[in-house]
Amino acid sequence: MNQNEKILEVSHLKKYFKAGKGVLKAVDDVSFFIRKGETLGVVGESGCGKTTCGRTCIGIYDRTEGEVLYKGKDVHSLKGQDKKDFTKEVQIIFQDPYSSLDPKMKVGDIIAEGLRAHKMCASKEEERKVVNDLLETVGLNAEHATRYVHEFSGGQRQRIGIARALAVEPEFIVCDEPISALDVSIQAQIVNLLIRLQKEKGLTYMFIAHDLSMVKHISDRVCVMYLGTIAEITDSGSLYSNPLHPYTQALLSAIPIPDPKVEEAKNRIKLEGELPSPINPPEGCRFQNRCKYACDRCRCERPELKEVEPGHWVACHLTDK
Amino acid sequence: MSHLLEVKDLKVSYHSYAGEVQSVRGVNFTVDTGESVAIVGESGCGKSVTAKTIMGLIQTPPGEIKKGSQILFEGKNLLDMNEKEWQAYRGSDCAIVFQDALAALNPTLTIGRQITEKIMIHTDMNKEDAMKEAERLLTLVGIPNPAKRLKQYPHEFSGGMRQRAMIAIALACQPKLLIADEPTTALDVTIQADIIDLLKDLQKEFQMAVIMITHDLGIVADIATKIVVMYAGKVVETGSNYDVFYNPRHPYTQALLRAVPRLDVEEDQELESIEGTPPNMIAPPAGCAFCTRCKHCMKICQKMEPPTYEFEDGHTAQCWLYHEYAQK
Repeated sequence: MNQNEKILEVSHLKKYFKAGKGVLKAVDDVSFFIRKGETLGVVGESGCGKTTCGRTCIGIYDRTEGEVLYKGKDVHSLKGQDKKDFTKEVQIIFQDPYSSLDPKMKVGDIIAEGLRAHKMCASKEEERKVVNDLLETVGLNAEHATRYVHEFSGGQRQRIGIARALAVEPEFIVCDEPISALDVSIQAQIVNLLIRLQKEKGLTYMFIAHDLSMVKHISDRVCVMYLGTIAEITDSGSLYSNPLHPYTQALLSAIPIPDPKVEEAKNRIKLEGELPSPINPPEGCRFQNRCKYACDRCRCERPELKEVEPGHWVACHLTDK
Repeated sequence: MSHLLEVKDLKVSYHSYAGEVQSVRGVNFTVDTGESVAIVGESGCGKSVTAKTIMGLIQTPPGEIKKGSQILFEGKNLLDMNEKEWQAYRGSDCAIVFQDALAALNPTLTIGRQITEKIMIHTDMNKEDAMKEAERLLTLVGIPNPAKRLKQYPHEFSGGMRQRAMIAIALACQPKLLIADEPTTALDVTIQADIIDLLKDLQKEFQMAVIMITHDLGIVADIATKIVVMYAGKVVETGSNYDVFYNPRHPYTQALLRAVPRLDVEEDQELESIEGTPPNMIAPPAGCAFCTRCKHCMKICQKMEPPTYEFEDGHTAQCWLYHEYAQK
């Protein structure tokens, strides 16, 4: 298998929602790719379109414009067997482990639902064995299969959500803020579990979150979104040392680091103004009204996402100089 | 020197159908004038209940503040006060900023009305002066166009601006102690940084004491001079920010610090996951509450509560590992 094979290719994807009389441009012309076996982290503040982007990529939402290719096939026009294969190979883990699991179903049935839909088990015994193995993989016990969701804590529920996603032996998983509803000590448990599973099963992740420290920790590459557009994509290693987009720089400097000496020495880049509404986003660069480097060109012309260094993509006119 | 606030052996329980939930089980700490203290802990560890008790916001029943608990504010036990004394204390001596500003503000009253209401209760200002004072406060917390904003309702404010308005209300009447109960948890990181900076500036300007309640160790490192680490209704470690961050003594604090990745470190980091979950507070364990998740657990930890050991000046930890017979 080629190391650089692209499992997901997104080009000029747009997703608009009707909002009263206006149009909410949740995702507005984003292009990126995810390589097989890697983790692409997607970060941004609330309302930047990261969740919408993740959901549109796997066909939960229909696109407005653009193209999403999964293994070379257009996600939004899949039919028949292709569609079935796609739904088996692509799974999602949701943010809220309280509302994403059916309270009326037993844990075993929640996990087995995908197995049944894809007729992956020949008999009840086999199904039970697969479910029990899955529960153990995610750190729960076989006896938990007969219980209901309300009997579990937040961290345990997220493990059930992960087991459900793993049941159909997927290749690509969209993790939509899987840890933001959890406590610090539990977050590390879930992140370590996700990393272990990726190593064991060769999974590809799209990891959506607003916690940049955690995203950097789990991802190979990080994509920073702002108001429906991509500001920067780069290796997670060089993100902190070499951010090129002014928004990324401000975002990084806003994150408090658990070290008093570092915090005392820090000079924070302050952002003026507020996040504009995605219903009437500013012309030109989306970030121009808060950017201290903004010039006339930024106000009328929208910067394209360009590869300025190998593997480092930035959408900013400043990098042209 | 006597302390501004001294919490002594505070025990608070809630009575539910399932039984008595022992939220806070003997908490001790002090706050001095001008100091910023961070109370850190996971959800359900009793940090918010502690804060609410200091503000006198525990509803009884279902809550119950156990006999023997003491909260001394400038030497006076708050828990002996009657409702009238509480009302004079709340807001003027001590104020609180809640996590969810949208829920804490009254949606049917203008921001101006909500600020002046407090000013007029605690001082003898008339409505006009109170409005001027409110305008000054909004300017102070960095809200542009204060005169126009005073006439607006909470839903017309963005999340960050709403939290600023809450801080303005809290600052009216210049409290000596400001409690901030997860003030930035619902906000985006760039807005969060603005609010934390604002709190730091205001604290310096007015020499206020601040109790910051949070689960984010980054915020703690940013704002606190003293740290109180809580676990399962108890204080497991207290100390200055340097002591707790660079020389943590309690295994829970140590594990917690290793459970969060650092943004400024380039190489791969191994996150330490703390296995298991916090204990059920209806039937808290007899010994150390952390023993089931602790790597260094000994036999005695399961049976007896650990005593408090003091290390450097003011740095304490509740852990059997520091007993003279414990294996080093």
